[in-house]
Parts: sequence; C-alpha cells; structure tokens
Amino acid sequence: MSSPASPLLAVEGLTRRFQGLVAVDGVDVAVREGTVHGLIGPNGAGKTTCFNMISGVLAPSEGRVSLDGRPLDGLPPYRRTALGLARTFQNIRVFSEMTVLENVMTGMHARLSAGLGIFWRSPGFRAEEHAAKARARDLLDFVGLLAAANHRAGDLPYGDQRRLEIARALACEPRLVLLDEPAAGMNPAETHALLGLLRRLRDERGLTLLLVEHDMPLVMSLCDRLTVLNFGKRIADGTPAEVRRDPAVIAAYLGAQQAEAQAGAVPAEAAR
Amino acid sequence: MWEALDDFYWTYQSLIHAIGVNGILALSVYVVLAVGQLSLGQAAFMGVGAYTGALLTVKFGTPFAVSMAAAATVPALLALVVGGPTLRLTGVYLAIATIGLGEITHIVFLNWDYAGGALGLSGIPERGGVWAIYGTLAVLLVGFTLVARSRVGRAMEAMREDEAAAGVMGVNLPRYRMTALVVSAAMAGIAGCLSAHVSSFIGPGEYGFESAVRILSYALLGGIGSPVAPVLGAAILTLLPEVLRPLADFRLMVNGLIIVLAVLFMPRGILPWRIARTG
Repeated sequence: MSSPASPLLAVEGLTRRFQGLVAVDGVDVAVREGTVHGLIGPNGAGKTTCFNMISGVLAPSEGRVSLDGRPLDGLPPYRRTALGLARTFQNIRVFSEMTVLENVMTGMHARLSAGLGIFWRSPGFRAEEHAAKARARDLLDFVGLLAAANHRAGDLPYGDQRRLEIARALACEPRLVLLDEPAAGMNPAETHALLGLLRRLRDERGLTLLLVEHDMPLVMSLCDRLTVLNFGKRIADGTPAEVRRDPAVIAAYLGAQQAEAQAGAVPAEAAR
Repeated sequence: MWEALDDFYWTYQSLIHAIGVNGILALSVYVVLAVGQLSLGQAAFMGVGAYTGALLTVKFGTPFAVSMAAAATVPALLALVVGGPTLRLTGVYLAIATIGLGEITHIVFLNWDYAGGALGLSGIPERGGVWAIYGTLAVLLVGFTLVARSRVGRAMEAMREDEAAAGVMGVNLPRYRMTALVVSAAMAGIAGCLSAHVSSFIGPGEYGFESAVRILSYALLGGIGSPVAPVLGAAILTLLPEVLRPLADFRLMVNGLIIVLAVLFMPRGILPWRIARTG
C-alpha cells in the first residue's frame, strides 16, 4: 500500500518529442491510491501520448514513471501489466474475432501460468482454465455483458465494446487502470451507466483510475482530482472545483472553444 | 480388400507422401501466421532440414531418429539467428529477412560440393515412410489444437488481431514471435527430412522461393482459424493438379483459376471455422 504521501502512480517530467514537435512537455502527475484522477485538456494536448508512455507502448524522450515506488522506465508493456497496470484504448481495440469471454480471458494472460500441462490437459491446467472462465464470467456480469459472453466481440454494439474493454482491463488484476475516453461515442444513458460502473470500481473494488475524458459533466462528478494539459504542458492540477476556477484552464478551453467553433465542432462545457 | 488397398498405395505412394509432408509444411507456416507474422523462409528451413537429415543418413549412417532430431535442430538454430534482429521489430521485416535466408541457403546448396552441388544428393535410403509422415502430422495437429485451446492460443490470436493491445494485456510479444518462428522452422526441417527419406533424391532447386510461396498458399487457401484448415489447404493444392490431369493442357490454367476463385470468394479460407480458445 502506498502511503498518502507517496502516490500510487508518479509521473515526473514526462516529455515526448516527435521530430520538432513537443507533444508532451515535462508533465508531472501524481495519482493517489483509491482515487479517480482525470487527465483533461483540449484536443491535441498530449493526453493519449501520456497514456502511451505510461503503459509502455511509446518510449518517452525524457521523464520517469513509477508505480507504487517501483520505476517502470524501459519496461515493455507486458511487464507493466504484470506489475499492476492496465488500460483501455481511445479507438476501441477489442479482439473482434474472438468471443467476448475469450477477450476477457486474454486479459488474464499474465496471471495464468499453464505450461506443458496444456499438452496432456493436466489437472492443474484444467483447474486454472476453469477458474479463469468463472472469473471472466464474474467480470462480464460486473460490467453487464454476461449475456453476450459467447458472442463474437466485433459484433457487439459500440458502447458494449467499451464496457468489454473495461472488463478485459480488469482481468489483468490491475491496481491502476488507465481509461482513454471511456465515454466516447456513448449516448447519455450509456454514459450514466458508465459513471456508476466507474464509481463502483473505485468504491467497491478499491481500484485507482486515471482517465482521459472529454465529457465534462462525467469528469466533474466522477474525478477526485484533475490534471489539465494544454499544448503538452501541465497548466493546472487540483480538485475539480479548483480547476474549474483556474484562469489558465478557462483561457485554454475558451481558446479551444473559439478555434473549434470556427471548425464547426461543439466543444465540451468545461469552462462554464 | 487389402490387396486393392496395397495396389492403391503403390500406385499413388508419392502423392500420399506429398500430401502428408505438405500438411506438416502448412502447419509450420500456420504457426507463424497465427501470431501475425509472415515467413517466406519455410522452404529454406525445409531444405536445411532435408540436407541435414539426408547428409547424416548417407554420409554417417546415423539412425533415422538422430537424422530427424538434427533436421529439426539445425533449422531451429537458423531461425534463432534470423529472428534475433528481425522479431524485435513489427511489420514485414521477418518476411524480407526470410526471403534473404532462402536465397542464401539456395546458393549454399548449389555450391556445396560435399552435398552434391547442383546435382543434388541421391541414393538416400528409404526411412520413415508413410507411417512416420502421418504420425508426425497427427501429433502436430493434436498438439496445436491443444495449444489453441489455452492461454497460449488466446495470446497468439490476440497478437494476430492487435499486437499492441495484446502486449498491454500482458503478452510477451518478442518471446511469442520467436518461439513461433523456431517451432515453425523445426517443423519445416522435419518435413524436409521425412520427404528426403521417401524420395531418395534431393536437389537445390526444390527449396527455392516458389516453394516458399507454395507453402504459404496452403495456409492462405485453407485458412488459419484452426490447425486443420491449413492441412486441408495443403491436401487440396497437392491433389488438385492430379485430379485435373484429364484436362491435359488446360490443367495448370484450371488449377490457377480454382485457386484465384477460392481466394476471392473465401478470403478466410476454405475452412473458416474458428476453434474455441478456451480449454
């Protein structure tokens, strides 16, 4: 357990340069255990790039990431998963040819140990596989997808695929889950159900969540703390109430609002 | 009854052998495709296995089991060497590297006088035969079915569908890629050794790029949803030219047409059925 002083996830000076462009510029984030932490900011602020660096999909140019005091720098994604990190993707990436149940069981990969027993269906293998299946069903039940367990994952409606990604991430038995725009493309009813689901993850399962999200009502009512990025830099950090009043945040979102209004897009209502 | 079967076997034995050997080769390329990689080195691995096994048997008189073990080991080591630098990268690097491997092995076989050079190696004693070929094929089919229905099979399919997501789910990508390639090379080597010991002759021309493409086409035609599919593809593509023999001059044309139509209208293969990935 991390003490209140030392965060579960500590990101320090995280920087990523793409040729001349600095996508993420010296970002610090401290996520405390048992909280929901929001990473917000206008489009192109570097949120997903941060996620990719934290989960090990992308190597940072500079900076450090540690989970519960253990440095993750240089570790490939599968090692970070074993240490308790899980994530979902902004553009849905379920394994669409596989069944819903198999998707969730794939998330358990690092927690299963079947070896040569696979070839002779050893009692150990069968017990493990049986338990994995039962656990996967529990997780599907938790996200409300149990009825679709044997469907092809690619056939699920959009919102269900997002929930499947959450179940698959939970199957990794994580301590921290990175959620990349979990509400994207959901209708208000689905978003409301998602809000309840994410709260239960924190309150019933004691999980720590770091989420990127554009749905501001969701962010404001769910998150315990927020970190705001703009043009790759951290411009604010604090409780939702503090961030909402922060002049730099208001300026960033209003600026983005004007730019997006010209492009015909309707932005989130962050700066109200 | 038994006599008729015996007659049938003696008439068609080379075809029967070829179907089994090509089935093993189809499985060997399936293993690599199943983790989302592309190997065009199966013919080279097969050739290395054939030459290793045949040379040991002919020049040193080793027992068949020893020749087989060596024919699996040498290509596997070669796969480690080729895979080392290429499998850390994603994309088509393995395909390109294995094409290069095929060219190199071809030149070595062609110029290696000890192994017969361009004339090839003849007088290989008959060993193994139909039982060894189909026994191996059966063991591999059962083995891969069991692997598919486990955490390993799930990880493999996840890699094929979305490698980055599979990595985030905890799959050790470089290790899976490397294991798949090494196992695949060993299998192709075994197929080469089995085939060399039923055909009495091997030559450098048998393991070129065309053979690599032919082996790949078994899996493409059959499909890779289950281990049975590529074996079925191999059987069809081996039988087809023989079945079409009455067409005489039109044979190759019709043969090609059937393959093109199959790929066009059955992009998931002739047997698209997908094996469950739970044990």
